[in-house]
Amino acid sequence: MKILSYAFAAGLAVASMATPAAAAEITGAGATFPFPVYAKWAEAYKKETNNSLNYQSIGSSGGIRQIRAKTVDFGATDAPLKGEELQKDGFVQFPTVMGGVVPVINIQGVETRQLKLTGEVLADIFNGKISKWSDAKIAGLNQGVKLPDATITPVYRSDGSGTTSVFTTYLSQVSESWKSGPGVGASVQWPVGQGGKGNEGVAALVKQVPNSIGYVEYAYAKQNNIPYAQLQNKNGKFVAPDDKTFQAAAANADWKSAPGFGISLTNQAGDEAWPITAPTFILVPKNPEKPEQVAEVLKFFDWVFNKGDQMAVELDYVPLPAALKQQIRDTWKAEIKGKDGQPLLRS
Amino acid sequence: MVALTQDLVMTRTDTVRRSSKPTADRLFRLASLSSALLVLMVLAGIVASMIYGGLPAFQEFGFGFITSTAWDVNRDQYGAWVAIVGTLSSASIALIIGVPISLGIAIFLTQLCPAWLKRPVATTIELLAAVPSIIYGMWGLFVFAPLFAKFVQIPTSQLVEGIPFFGTVLYSRVPSGVGVLTAGIILAIMIIPFIASITRDILDQIPTILRESAYGIGCTTWEVVRHVLMPQAGVSIIGAVMLGLGRALGETMAVTFVIGNANRLSASIFDPGSTIASRIANEFNEALGLQLNALMALGCILFLVTFTVLVIARILIARVQTH
Repeated sequence: MKILSYAFAAGLAVASMATPAAAAEITGAGATFPFPVYAKWAEAYKKETNNSLNYQSIGSSGGIRQIRAKTVDFGATDAPLKGEELQKDGFVQFPTVMGGVVPVINIQGVETRQLKLTGEVLADIFNGKISKWSDAKIAGLNQGVKLPDATITPVYRSDGSGTTSVFTTYLSQVSESWKSGPGVGASVQWPVGQGGKGNEGVAALVKQVPNSIGYVEYAYAKQNNIPYAQLQNKNGKFVAPDDKTFQAAAANADWKSAPGFGISLTNQAGDEAWPITAPTFILVPKNPEKPEQVAEVLKFFDWVFNKGDQMAVELDYVPLPAALKQQIRDTWKAEIKGKDGQPLLRS
Repeated sequence: MVALTQDLVMTRTDTVRRSSKPTADRLFRLASLSSALLVLMVLAGIVASMIYGGLPAFQEFGFGFITSTAWDVNRDQYGAWVAIVGTLSSASIALIIGVPISLGIAIFLTQLCPAWLKRPVATTIELLAAVPSIIYGMWGLFVFAPLFAKFVQIPTSQLVEGIPFFGTVLYSRVPSGVGVLTAGIILAIMIIPFIASITRDILDQIPTILRESAYGIGCTTWEVVRHVLMPQAGVSIIGAVMLGLGRALGETMAVTFVIGNANRLSASIFDPGSTIASRIANEFNEALGLQLNALMALGCILFLVTFTVLVIARILIARVQTH
């Protein structure tokens, strides 16, 4: 009897403790590219508000599938959904952060930022049309750089990836033969080269194979000290990837030109613009079944827009311009409504 | 003598049955039956959902799905041939390398090994079986592949260049260290502990009297192994090898890291390729529509291949048993 009453008391205590500690927990799934910064934001957000974010980096297509099935509160994707798809699914789409993709190289005696390439030459290398580093087209761009008469090994991502999608989008914009050949996608049919799994797989192969060239996210190349090349942008200037050139790519972009801010930042005009820049996106339902959860999602990203820039920069991501953040907040207020028809985010 | 023991056993079980409650017995029978049925149901469920998922791809491409070498997501053209060839060739390489070594280990441990060395060697081999496959993949890519490129691929390629046949099969245009052969070697390391430890158990179970009599009539160790142990253990060893083959065919993570992941058929075993499992591991995350169906269809084919291997193993065992 005594034991029973103890148990009852303990049960009460647990119940009373549980109620006030019931902080909001939001779940999201999707793109792997922004995962490090989402994780960092979530950690800081939890410290400050006690609300937690559970983000699963299962890949962009997975994120889209999950939000369509309503198993998560938000989906995340690197490749934006098109206007009609957003309409059909009833989603609001907005960007959160930007990053860049850079060509990484392993050529004996060639240092980082020393090699210069144009988009067309890059496409021809990955197409197998240019097969030697000594090719006249490369040599013409790199007078004074000693390039070996060796076969180029292109290295690509073997797993379906937003990085590949961004990279092939760029190649299609600058090369007709790429557009009509392998095309754009999370995984395409590569005519030549070798595939590595994930950024780390590509980086390992590029490091191991002499005279190879691959592509990885900028943060990955920088943090691992992998030599990368300069690229010629739309204005004909050669630029090296860094936060300034990524921001320059975003500066001239017309975000309102596509529904859900779904523009591509590849091959943007601007003297300073890095040509392979890309934003990553979030999807939330317009008229959610669980409005309180979506309100928490919006609160989280509102907090991110206010306080998350420094954390993003530390991880070599590029924060959105202030004007764009305001546009996104306006969109939330205008489009995401609760069951009562009132905007979910009121502040 | 034997009959007597059997009688004894019979009476004993009879007494046990009578003394126990019939309901408990029935419950026990039901519980074990449903455990067995559950496995069958899960298996049937997996097969059914894979066939359901893969059906659109089979309908779209028909038999051509198996023989086509295309894998072009943008044009929605899919074929399994490259992956099937990659799966079979990497698994075959694994067996060619792994089986002799496994048998050597088992014979050494049971026949030749001094007692003090037996336990450390056996434990090490069992530990190998416990290493997660992602570790083998990482190790293969970051440690093994660079060494393999430097000390095997490049010298071999230089040696065989221009020689007919070998100049093709063993020539690597890109000595990156990854490729079908590397995958086969990593797979061999992964299946050795399985085959070796099962074979060791089998050899241990052969009655000592057989071995002793062979030694007694003056056989050498080799003759004992060749003419006494191997014929006795042969069937079971085939079973052990087939278990290893099953693992090699389906291994995913380790292979994905070291096979090079190219959708191309190549005559050289140094060149990159892909297997069914690695293709699925690479693309499933980001697959939509027909691509997803094609991956499911690949899964069906892998299932079929593994099933065929098991059936062949059964037939082999049955044939050996009747002789």
